[in-house]
Amino acid sequence: MADTTFLDSTELVLNMGPQHPSTHGVLRVILKLDGEKVLGTECIIGYLHRGVEKIAENRTYAQFNPYVDRMDYVAAISNGLGYCLAVEKLLNVEVPARAQAIRVILTELNRIASHLLWLGTHALDIGAITPVFYCLREREEALKIFEKYCGARLTTHAFRIGGLLYETYDGFEQEIIDFCKMFVPHVDEYEELLTNNRIWVGRLKDVGILSGDECKEFGVTGPVLRAAGVKWDLRKAQPYSGYEKYDFEIPTRTNGDTYDRYIVRMEEMRQSVRIMEQAVAAIPEGPIMGKVGKVIKPPVGEAYVSIEAPKGELGYYAVSDGSTQPYRVRVRPPSFVNLQALDRMIRGGLVADVVAVIGTLDIVLGEIDR
Amino acid sequence: MAGLLKKIFLADLFQGLWVTFRNQDPKLIYTERYPEERPKVAERYRGAPRLNINPDNGETLCIACNLCALACPETLIVVTSERNEETKRKELTTFTYDTSRCMFCGLCEDACPVDALELTQDFEMATYTREGQIWDRQTLEEGPRPTQYKC
Repeated sequence: MADTTFLDSTELVLNMGPQHPSTHGVLRVILKLDGEKVLGTECIIGYLHRGVEKIAENRTYAQFNPYVDRMDYVAAISNGLGYCLAVEKLLNVEVPARAQAIRVILTELNRIASHLLWLGTHALDIGAITPVFYCLREREEALKIFEKYCGARLTTHAFRIGGLLYETYDGFEQEIIDFCKMFVPHVDEYEELLTNNRIWVGRLKDVGILSGDECKEFGVTGPVLRAAGVKWDLRKAQPYSGYEKYDFEIPTRTNGDTYDRYIVRMEEMRQSVRIMEQAVAAIPEGPIMGKVGKVIKPPVGEAYVSIEAPKGELGYYAVSDGSTQPYRVRVRPPSFVNLQALDRMIRGGLVADVVAVIGTLDIVLGEIDR
Repeated sequence: MAGLLKKIFLADLFQGLWVTFRNQDPKLIYTERYPEERPKVAERYRGAPRLNINPDNGETLCIACNLCALACPETLIVVTSERNEETKRKELTTFTYDTSRCMFCGLCEDACPVDALELTQDFEMATYTREGQIWDRQTLEEGPRPTQYKC
């Protein structure tokens, strides 16, 4: 025993992150390696913890609304929708049809913006530098619409409890239609760059496989689940905010590897455009704010609402004790749950695949640490 | 056979290169030369706060109702007022707004009943000191003044 030194050992423990550019934020992964082979991983999170759920207990319902944008900051509008729906369920308020249609348009636009950022950074991780420029170019158009609608590009605070504060600006409908028309050829362009590219296929095919049963075991949702062949989308399964009115398909694949997740997300962007086109063609007239008092004071009770965020199932659980401040707000962030499948996906793979798998999970650390 | 030929002649790589080649047109350059070329922010943009004054007589529009301070999630607005003995009305004395803690959510703007407090389209709010981020009533009414340096 005394003769062995650390050089004889074949196991190597390597620390990846929290400042590694490919861990998408401040995720720290401890890798146990045998040469290039990954024997095991451990994720250390909490570097971005701000105590958002605790902050909620010291704020009124309306005051907490801007904080939820800061959890998944690339899909702030989806977060806002989830929180507003949860409080509306507590209050038992019905949102007017016009507000619902505008909410759907903006949420789908946000889904596209989120997927575009994912595609750009994921391709950058793999080594394809070109797509990120094109992705951010189209994302800019989406962010411009957000800025014109609600005055902010990223942390939007677009929705209010009970409906909307802002009426659409002049030319909103036309800009959405123009965006849809412009965007679909650009998705084909990204596919032209990547789908058949031999390096892309070689790096992604059969990497990080997660079967449908394993997904269900871990509670993994979103495109990761759908790429494993499970047809589960909350927009279809439990329609909210008027999604039952729109005709769209749930894209699924069967292999559950990184390449399939890429294909699923690309198809999801096309489906989002379809939903937006249908919604913008029939925005009903009418009020945009439901019957909500100036002081939001829900009756004693609790409500759980989950929506299909770009990254998976995003749930908000709000408990009211009858005062103006929530007793407890619990968030079920999709990234947090999806991240726990990382070990299963990487084990037995190569070091270079770790970056590909972290990229494909589409995690946002602001949401994981909260 | 076709697949093999495609592989030999790198068809997939040329397909991607053709996309980059299509985007070489100088008309498709999107870079903004920021300090020279000013970005156009939207009309509803939530930027630097401003306390509006009546343009006719220079008096503040603020009625010192304190609603903005109550609406603010970060409680960064402090409003003080005193009662005017002659007119029996509340009058604004000081108004501080800590922009370093502000997240520009716009709740104060929504709460204001007289459109006195407003988030404007100014977005350049950098200062050299931490204290410079705390705006008093004068800064809020006149806008921040850039420090003049002798050269």
